[in-house]
Amino acid sequence: MAQVLVFVDQVDGVVRKPSLELLAVARRLGEPVAVVVGAGAGGAAGVLGGHGAVRVLVSEASEFAELLVVPKVDALEAAVGVVSPVAVLLPSSGENKEVAARLAVRLGSGVLVDAVDVVAGEGGPVVVQSVFAAGFSVRSRVSRGVPVVTVKPNAAAVEEVAAAGAVEELAVVFGGGPAARVVSREARAVSGRPELTEAAVVVSGGRGVGGAEGFGVVEALADALGGAVGASRAAVDAGWYPHAGQVGQTGKSVSPQLYVANGISGAIQHRAGMQTSKTIVAVNKDAEAPIFDLVDFGVVGDLFKVLPQLTDEINHRKN
Amino acid sequence: MTLKIVVCVKYVPDASGEWGFSGDLTVDRVGVDGLLSELDEYAVEQALRVAEASGDAEVTVVTVGPDDARDAVRKALSMGADRGVHVEDGGVEGSDVMGTSLVLAAAVGKAGFDLVVCGMASTDGVAGVVPALLAERLGVAQVSLLSEVSVRDGVVRGRRDGDAASEVLEAGLPAVVSVTDQSGEARYPSFKGIMAAKKKPVESWDLDDLGVDAGSVGSAGAWTVVESVTERPARVAGTVVTDEGDGGLRLAEFLAGQKFI
Repeated sequence: MAQVLVFVDQVDGVVRKPSLELLAVARRLGEPVAVVVGAGAGGAAGVLGGHGAVRVLVSEASEFAELLVVPKVDALEAAVGVVSPVAVLLPSSGENKEVAARLAVRLGSGVLVDAVDVVAGEGGPVVVQSVFAAGFSVRSRVSRGVPVVTVKPNAAAVEEVAAAGAVEELAVVFGGGPAARVVSREARAVSGRPELTEAAVVVSGGRGVGGAEGFGVVEALADALGGAVGASRAAVDAGWYPHAGQVGQTGKSVSPQLYVANGISGAIQHRAGMQTSKTIVAVNKDAEAPIFDLVDFGVVGDLFKVLPQLTDEINHRKN
Repeated sequence: MTLKIVVCVKYVPDASGEWGFSGDLTVDRVGVDGLLSELDEYAVEQALRVAEASGDAEVTVVTVGPDDARDAVRKALSMGADRGVHVEDGGVEGSDVMGTSLVLAAAVGKAGFDLVVCGMASTDGVAGVVPALLAERLGVAQVSLLSEVSVRDGVVRGRRDGDAASEVLEAGLPAVVSVTDQSGEARYPSFKGIMAAKKKPVESWDLDDLGVDAGSVGSAGAWTVVESVTERPARVAGTVVTDEGDGGLRLAEFLAGQKFI
């Protein structure tokens, strides 16, 4: 049976949803072999075995904390040597795309990033990407070397499948050349809300929110729906919301079950980051706003009247 | 020692125009209005700021692309870059990120560099992997997605605002950095800058000049194959109502019908 390497993101042994989704994607191509690195990596083995990983290759070396990207490339290169996989999959993130790119150069492999779907094909994995502000769907495959592919969150449903999850120590030679290092690190305040790119519901605010304090009604609605909070570039550039929450071409690209756009006109750069959402609703006082071309349901009105009424009604129905 | 800074820029289709694909499934770049990628303006800006702070630096702007791509170089020169390099060769057409980065790495190497500055991604492909590919090919460190950059004593340092943390990162030169759209508004070319740019040198190189084998780039040298391109069906227009005091309730009704409540 062909084996597929899956690079797993973990923090202190905790594995997030995109990595588990990736195991489900990998099972379409062969038997998943997880690669998990950094402090506490071994603690992830159980959950990985419970989601289809037949083997779990672990390295808890200190290099992963001290240096960026390159040690992870070294680890994956070592894992490829051990497993001879038919593909290498990574969760798509800024850092993992760098890891994938550098790995591909070393392996002499083609690389495809930001896949929204991956399926088995006769000539190897077929990778689906969404391009040009999500206006086109492109199907490609890697034609040389071991395919290296990064996959976006929500590309597949998490599947609980019991597998051996046999833990093996991965021997890594850290000789991959110069790397950037972390001088200092300041953790962000945790909102307690779901992570933006993984959330099933995203509630966003734009220029129409009018200021930082205006995001209060957006956050209240997000909390009523159990969703994440996003912002348009205009709101971020105005300093009303942190850049980490920006949805759009130069921010996060999201594909939730439900996207609620509030006070957002719907410029192409914003649409690029949310157009593939399953259901889209919008509240905007401008009836001509292009966002209304995308919606399943829209309300032309003052978001400071509509949102609190909606939030109250949701909370009322919940109780 | 003069600090040698190279900025990689891309000439991209204008986002407000019609984007599409040619019959051979490559991005249609013929007869499409293009411009210097907005995200690369930030790279030019940061390169100029680092150069100004160092007092002894040279900023070279490099692009790979068809004839029109020279416009992207000119724009960067009119912002203040010192010299330009335009790699143009029919053999490059149809390259994937592997081919593009191979050509770019050869051009950057030939130009000579201490620091390579890239934008966070192009506005057409948006893969965002070229900086990493360049770093691996050049055998140097990479410090990416920075919102602040500075160079001192042979070390490049910057701040990255990630989701979980804000980090200060550094690497010894030579290095590749990429900067985000949060790194600072790009300057507008002044009239003086535009006039001065006309006198600045722009070199034209082809694959032979770079010693790159034509078989390793372009469609023939690509390590990925596009099998099909499908235009997404436009979303079917939904219901839009005007709030008459019950807008929130009507929206709740819709969401309940969709099982979100």
